[in-house]
Amino acid sequence: MVKEVAESCVESVMMEMVSAYCNRFYANKPELAARRIEAIGYQVGHQLSERYTMERPRFTDHLDAIKFICKDFWSELFKKQIDNLKTNHRGTFVLQDNRFRWLTRMSIDPVPVIVTDSSQDPSSMGTTENKAGQATSMHLYFPCGLIRGALSNLGIPCAVSADMSNLPACSFVIRIKV
Amino acid sequence: MAPVGPRSGDAIFANVERVNAELFSLTYGAMVRQLLTDLEEVEEVNKQLDQMGYNIGIRLIDEFLAKSNVSSCADFKESADVIAKVGFKMFLGVTATVANWDADGTSCSLILEDNPLVDFVELPDTCQGLYYCNVLSGVIRGALEMVSMKTEVTWVRDMLRGDDAYELRVKLLKQVPEEYPYKDDE
Repeated sequence: MVKEVAESCVESVMMEMVSAYCNRFYANKPELAARRIEAIGYQVGHQLSERYTMERPRFTDHLDAIKFICKDFWSELFKKQIDNLKTNHRGTFVLQDNRFRWLTRMSIDPVPVIVTDSSQDPSSMGTTENKAGQATSMHLYFPCGLIRGALSNLGIPCAVSADMSNLPACSFVIRIKV
Repeated sequence: MAPVGPRSGDAIFANVERVNAELFSLTYGAMVRQLLTDLEEVEEVNKQLDQMGYNIGIRLIDEFLAKSNVSSCADFKESADVIAKVGFKMFLGVTATVANWDADGTSCSLILEDNPLVDFVELPDTCQGLYYCNVLSGVIRGALEMVSMKTEVTWVRDMLRGDDAYELRVKLLKQVPEEYPYKDDE
């Protein structure tokens, strides 16, 4: 049987992690806090995708790997699949979860779009004037990192950003690097 | 006397939203790892984990009281029992054992044999002073403080340090009488 813990354990740790990085360790450097939170997500995503793909054949192409994220990976984490997948067939994929669990318990002002990428600073942070929006967007660096870590473990380097302008829906945009 | 509440957390755990324990242990592990990199000092990491736990505990107690239907415990002994049998079970899915009471009933041990926090964990030599599970002691201290009990919670045994179980010592420092924000005659 799969071992389980209460969802509130995971939520509590994530909330506290974001708050510690944003309010205590890097209170005046949101871009650094964001990068650390993303790095933690990356680490987790990397390890989880290693575990979830152990008994699978290799993915044949990018779309195959993205579908694995949408179906199996998402189901393991959220007990549901991604609701909508779009692609421009040139390396960009948009994954929409109509009711993203990790945001459903938060009260938020919808605002920003965030970008995470190992090679550049998450630049949108500094321009976000809205404090509450900024605080919430901080919570999205973790799942963005999670997806980037998972794909990177599958040999697909990419940048992942999130858009929560349609709450409770949340979209993750994956741009594969070529 | 009427029982204070359920004697075990099994039924509550079965009814709460649950997630894969792997996600929990890996997320916690990745966080501890990042903290070690960013804060550098192991002592500081211990302190921050305890602080995080405390902040979690003062919030988690509400969820605990709401879902467990536990009414006020008669004494510290009863509280310790409820934490071990109901609290641990309903959040972590495991049960702790209460043992080693001192003579005046103000300190006891909570012993965990199964601890979902440490799946996949092995401490390198550079982290020997680390109390990896320090978040747990913070949670208990924070939660108890919200129900008027000032406690001190310390690790006695830690399997990551080579012991045969996880043992937390919970010592009651002070029972703060409940204060109401109003008076009857006003």
